[in-house]
Amino acid sequence: MAYIYATENDRREMLDAIGAASIDELLEQVPADIRLDKALDLPAAMGELELTQHLTAMAGRNQSSRESICFLGGGSYDHFIPAVVDTLASRGEFYTSYTPYQPEVSQGNLQVMFEYQTLICQLTGMDVSNASLYDGGSSVAEAALMSTSVTRRHGKVVVPATLHPEYRQILGTFLENLGTKLVTVPMVNGRTSPADLAEVIDDETACVILQHPNFFGCLESVEEIAEITHQRGALLVIAFDPISLGRLKSPGELGADIAVAEGQSLGSPMAFGGPYLGIMACQESYVRRMPGRIAGETVDRRGRRCWVLTLQTREQHIRREKATSNICTNQGLLALRASIYLAAMGPTGLQSVADLCLRKAHFAAELIQQSPRFDLAWADPFFKEFVIRDAEDQVKPMLDRARRNGILAGLPLGRWYPELDDCFLVSVTEQRTRDDIERWCGCLSANNHEVCHA
Amino acid sequence: MNAEELLYSKTHEWAHVTERDGEKIATIGISAFAIEQLTDLVYMELPQTGQAVTAGESMGEVESVKAVSDLYSPVTGEVIDVNTSLVDSLETLGKDPYDAGWIAKIRLVDGGSIDELMDFEAYQKQCSEDG
Repeated sequence: MAYIYATENDRREMLDAIGAASIDELLEQVPADIRLDKALDLPAAMGELELTQHLTAMAGRNQSSRESICFLGGGSYDHFIPAVVDTLASRGEFYTSYTPYQPEVSQGNLQVMFEYQTLICQLTGMDVSNASLYDGGSSVAEAALMSTSVTRRHGKVVVPATLHPEYRQILGTFLENLGTKLVTVPMVNGRTSPADLAEVIDDETACVILQHPNFFGCLESVEEIAEITHQRGALLVIAFDPISLGRLKSPGELGADIAVAEGQSLGSPMAFGGPYLGIMACQESYVRRMPGRIAGETVDRRGRRCWVLTLQTREQHIRREKATSNICTNQGLLALRASIYLAAMGPTGLQSVADLCLRKAHFAAELIQQSPRFDLAWADPFFKEFVIRDAEDQVKPMLDRARRNGILAGLPLGRWYPELDDCFLVSVTEQRTRDDIERWCGCLSANNHEVCHA
Repeated sequence: MNAEELLYSKTHEWAHVTERDGEKIATIGISAFAIEQLTDLVYMELPQTGQAVTAGESMGEVESVKAVSDLYSPVTGEVIDVNTSLVDSLETLGKDPYDAGWIAKIRLVDGGSIDELMDFEAYQKQCSEDG
């Protein structure tokens, strides 16, 4: 298909077909006061060479995690991506395929979905997984809607303040016009108090959405909360960190009805915030209320193994206003990356990654506390993230200085939690070396000079 | 039950109304015609005992290999009994739609809107026009 800019002749033909004498006449129905009465203020057109140089220079101003020492977390993590992920996922058959509208002719894509679902079920200890959703935040919101549909309770959805603040924001948007109230339970020292939760869960509550490890990296009292939630007939949605399952109990073991996660950690780069991968799995009895597509295994008429999309009668292209969701899609390419990552790592590989994160995070936390300036904000057990309080209350200038020295030292928390304005969230992945951690600690502990002393 | 003695809704549910201790109770189900149109059934979601239902509004669903259809209540009232065994034997709906295939018993409230329902003859006419 040739790309040729619309010529004067093309424009003439189009205007003739519409019946307008000129483009100005065509636009006449747009009120004059909102029309721009001059040409757009753009620089002169560039040739390919100049444009490439211009864009390369612009891109060079980004500071990526690859050229920095990254301690950022809060939902997006700098985990290692084995080469096999890019090598396989960049094959043209996967890389360029669009969502299959006649799915059964795309057996390769369906097989990927099926294997992804299988891996997610093995990872989470849940019965069924869908073929993925947009990202962690929309998975949380979809889980809330699904819970109202399963329980037929539309009164409220309960979340602790330790659930990712951006997930809570997305949830608020989804629920805003549905008449379902979003009730936030305040945190107590970085965790959720089961007693506080018990006070707000009533017989109109569809679900409790618990992040574990939570936004601050702390482990929640999940089993106790599961019991309280189920006693009142509500569902427990657990938002988990996929990497943590190499070491921690799975959502299935902990009593989750629905398990959701941000899947970026599994073989996808941080990429300045997306595209990411929404994971969702649930117990089998809820499968008909689960949004998104599900690939199933079957046999063709010659008895050979093959794949189909199943439970399609509940999807939006067939059921419109009664569909399980009209705001979901799958992230095929990122689900593929997660599948390759999980298959390459295997259970022991994932356990090693989790153990390395756990140990390195605890090493970093101990090291930074040797400085009288820094302390852990609270004494809760944590996995790979922890919150540090700066006694000098200089979080922003300190982090800015570290960034200028090539260290993305942490995430300031004041933007979401004003009471934690003197705190920052630190994430330590398996990629951080002892040297990285010592440089990070040295830079933060240095006096407020321009250069960090490592 | 004799199909000719039942009442029918436009959405193909049947109702059989009896009186017990001064209360009107409707036993309801899906007509043989509708079951045949739905083809192979794979799943059914029943109403719940104690649930308040309104004539013409959804109270459950029936899923076939081709589509998911709402199960509408033909009457207004409160569900007092549900035939839970149907979920594991969907074939009963086709084999015996007017007896073993009953779905729920509903205690009528304020007459239950049964005046809106059709008799067998009127329903047959609707089916022949639909079919």
